[in-house]
This record gives sequence, structure tokens and C-alpha cells, in this order.
Amino acid sequence: MLTDADLQALWLTVRLAGAVTLTLLLIGTPIAWWLARTKRWWKGPIGAVVALPLVLPPSVLGFYGLLVMGPNGPVGQLTQALGLGPLPFTFGGLVIASVFYSMPFMVQPLQTAFEAIGERPLEVAATLRASPLDAFFTVAVPLAAPGFLTASILTFAHTVGEFGVVLMIGGNLPGVTRVASVQIYDHVEALEVAQAHRLAAVLLIFSFVVLLALYAGRPGGKKGV
Amino acid sequence: MPGGLAARKAFEMADIAARFRLDWPGFSLDVDLGLPGRGVTALFGHSGSGKTTLLRCVAGLERAQEGQLTVAGEVWQDAGRWVPTHKRPIGYVFQEASLFAHLSVLGNLRYGLKRNRDALSRPLDQAIELLGIGHLLDRKPDRLSGGERQRVAMARALAVGPRLLLMDEPLAALDLPRRREILPYLERLHRELALPVLYVTHAPDEVARLADHLVVLEAGRVVAAGPLAETLTRVDGPIRVGEEAGAILEGRVMARDARWHLAQIGIEGGDGAALWTRDEGLPVGAAVRLRVLARDVSLTTQPAPSSIQNVLPGEVEAFGEDEHPALQRVRLRVGRCRLLARLTRKAVADLHLAPGQPIWLQIKSAALVD
Repeated sequence: MLTDADLQALWLTVRLAGAVTLTLLLIGTPIAWWLARTKRWWKGPIGAVVALPLVLPPSVLGFYGLLVMGPNGPVGQLTQALGLGPLPFTFGGLVIASVFYSMPFMVQPLQTAFEAIGERPLEVAATLRASPLDAFFTVAVPLAAPGFLTASILTFAHTVGEFGVVLMIGGNLPGVTRVASVQIYDHVEALEVAQAHRLAAVLLIFSFVVLLALYAGRPGGKKGV
Repeated sequence: MPGGLAARKAFEMADIAARFRLDWPGFSLDVDLGLPGRGVTALFGHSGSGKTTLLRCVAGLERAQEGQLTVAGEVWQDAGRWVPTHKRPIGYVFQEASLFAHLSVLGNLRYGLKRNRDALSRPLDQAIELLGIGHLLDRKPDRLSGGERQRVAMARALAVGPRLLLMDEPLAALDLPRRREILPYLERLHRELALPVLYVTHAPDEVARLADHLVVLEAGRVVAAGPLAETLTRVDGPIRVGEEAGAILEGRVMARDARWHLAQIGIEGGDGAALWTRDEGLPVGAAVRLRVLARDVSLTTQPAPSSIQNVLPGEVEAFGEDEHPALQRVRLRVGRCRLLARLTRKAVADLHLAPGQPIWLQIKSAALVD
């Protein structure tokens, strides 16, 4: 069976992925909304920055994360001045780095969903006395519900599968930053093949079930987003 | 101060005063209009004439660079003020029904109602009744037919209790049977609600059936504006709604002749004048509109037996040029009603027609507007 350390790593993984997904719902939604509706020229550059983690090696992202959040980096200086200490090798630092790393998985499906809604339902809402904010929550969000579901699942799953960024920013501290993917790496390093097998199987089944839910949940692939 | 007086009078008459200037690449809108605060005003024109843009400016969905809009004494837009759409007491019906897919019919109807603090539940019940959608309330929009969807959209716009109803070609996306299904509801709305309506359309039959007031737009400019009967019988410009110049008369079914399948229509404002038309099965007392084309009106100084059944006493009012040099337009008056005739110049000369002259109108055919 899974050892206590394995369970601890899994639980940490779930907490990390949950925290990242919730944070990105709050941050990614307005970004996606803006990208879907703006006509300004910097829509392109911002969209490209959001998409960067899709192509960038996680080690590159982790490296910059270390620089910025480290004791001499601007964010590190700030957190130390606030009495929080440097963020690398903490759970909080890991969440922040993962938020950037998983950003496109939240923003892009949401942006597509918002774009598919178009201008019209929001105009209708305005003629029915709804303020823009009101219309966003009572029309745009419900109509984009499938997009929110897809984006959340993808973000959660992608964070679960993270490895490079965790190693760079979080290191390998049990209960703090040692997530399941790192734990598997440790097992393999220690030649504990049987334990690596079990944990790997858990992640494999999890990933398959998530993707199955995602694809099977779309009725005919037509309605959805 | 005659100028000031005239301006004030114009303002009193114009319950909606709208002036918009808007420049887009390839299109500009430049209108200055006074519109009545009651009845249906048709904004008529071809696609690209700016009629929808004008409507969107009134709704606040489009913001003209230069604009001034006053509705019933309230300023909605001027140099320093901008009332956003959601604070304007309007109802808006889009060309496509645009129902909220995530809400039921009732949810759609209640959406605006919930947000309008001073609305009672009456406009909702009234709208449901008026548009005959009581049996659809629990359905989702994707379970409705095109016609039903547009009826729900109209009811939704009415349910907010608007003080001005804006309709953007509400029938254009529908096929002929669906249009037939909805037009009677629009006529009811027209008859039963004292709500001013701006109605955008490119369909002459909708103008003929629904409009009291007509604004004709071309390339972002107003080419004619005024009461329907007056605008259609102008002799100076080619204001045509449809292919043929003609007048629209309002009336009521007075009698039905079962033997000859004819109905007698009393003309409103026609000093007792009445026309016989084919009986279309409408009951006595029903309000109808008649369309009399200019080419179906001929004139005579003394009536003689003829195959033409409808002969009305009237008066010559004015002359105008026709597109063809052989022809002339003649505007005629029967009581307070205006009609248009298209005669050859020779006929006008032979009959010695002059403004103010009494004359008999022979009307070859008058069709119920349908």
C-alpha cells in the first residue's frame, strides 16, 4: 500500500492544485475576460505572455521565479520587509510559481468561452437594466459555465503533473513542498520501484479519469463551450 | 421672437429629440430628428442606411461622437451627460431573439423585471397575455420555434415596463409564415399599449401595417420624416415604401356584402367616405388599413357609370414632378385624408386641374394591407 509519506505527498499535491485553481479562478477570469473583449493592440503581447508557460521549460520559469522571489529579488525584498521571509522553498512560493506556470490552462479555455458568447447577450442584459458587473455574473458566467469547468479541471490536473517548477522553487521538503511527482522521483532514485509503481499508478488513473470526464462530458462535442 | 417660439413649439411636439453625428470608416450617420412620444415610428431604409445604428444610439448601445438625445424631457445624452443603456427606461427587441440560453422563458421574462425597482408585476402578466406565451413559460429557449422565440423576446422587452420600445427588424430573421404569426401580435401591441415605439425595418408591408410616423433614411441621412399619410403622399420627392407610390388610409369595416363578397370600409377622417374592397373575412367594426396606389386613382369632374365602384368626392391639393416627363403627381384630399394620383400631364391640362378644385376620385382598387 501507499506509505504515510506517499499519502502526505498526495495530500500536499491536492492542496497545491486546489490552491492554484482557486487563485487562478480569481486572477485568470478577469484576464480572460479582458483578452476576449479588448480591441487594444497590447492584447497580442499580453496573450503571448500568458501562453509562454506552454512552451517554456519549467526550469526556466523556476529559475526566474527563484531570482525574483529570492532574498535579493524585488518580490523577495518585499516579502522580507513585510516580515514574511523569502518565498522559495515554502508552500506559498510554490503556489505563486504554479499560478504562473498553469495560467494558460485557466485563461485560454475561459477566453474561448467568453469569445463564443459574443457581445449580444451582454447588450441584451444592459437593455434589461443590468449593470456591466451584474451582467457579467448573471449572464456571462452562467453562459461560460462549461468553459469554467474545463479550465478548472485542466488547471488542477496540470498543477498535479508539475515537476520542474516544484524542484526549482519548492525543493523537496516533506509536507511542505514534496508533492507526488517529486515523491515518485525520490522513490526511483532510492530504487524503491514498487512504491514508485503504486504512486505512479495513482497519478496515471487520476489523469485518465480527469481527461475522460472532460471529453465524455461534452455532449457530441457540439454544445459545450 | 418668432424663432424662439417656433423652436419651443417644435420641442413640445417632439417628445423625442435626437441629434447624432457619428463617423466610421465607410459610414457616417448625421441625423437631427424630432419624433412623437406616441405611436409607432418606422425607421425605414435599405441595409447600410443607418437605421439600426440610429436605434442603437437611442438605446445607448452605440455612442455617437456628437450626440444629443432628450426623451420626454429627460436628457439621455449631450455634451456633458451620458446615461448608460442599463439606466435608460427602454425595451429593446433585437433582430435575433437573443434569449438567454441558460434561463427558462420565465427566467428570461423575469430578468429585467427583477432589476426594475419601480415595475409592478402587471407588465409581466400583461406581456405574457399580449403575446400569447403563457403555455411556454417553463421551456428553455432551445425548445421554442423561431416565432415563439421572437414573441418571448418582445414580451421580455415589455416586461421591464419600458417608457420607450425599440425594435430592430424583429421580423427580418423569420420566414413568411412566422412573420404572419407575429404581425397580429405587433398590431395588438400597437393598439393596446400607449407606448411609443421606434421600429426599424426595410419591409414596406410592415410600415404599411404598423407605422403611424415614418422616417426614411438613406446613407446615414434623413430623407423624409413625418406622419405616415403625409410622408407617403408628398409630391416633391420619391418617397416610396415598396415599389409603387401610394397612400395608406385607416378605416373600419362598416358592412359586409355576402352576395358580392365585398366589404365596405369607412375611411377615418374621410368625412363619411367609404370604399368597397374584397371581403377578407374581417368582422364589422374591425380596424383596418387600406393601401391605395397612385396609379389606381383617376380623376373626373363628374361621375358617370363605370366599372369603377369607388368614387369619392375630394379636392386637388398640390402637384409634383414624376420620374417620367409624361406624368405628373397630384396630391388629393378627401376630408382630412390624403391620396396620391399619377396622371399624364395631358390629362391634368385637359381637366384644367388646379389646387383647391373639387374633383371626383375614381379608385380602381384599394387593398387591405396584409
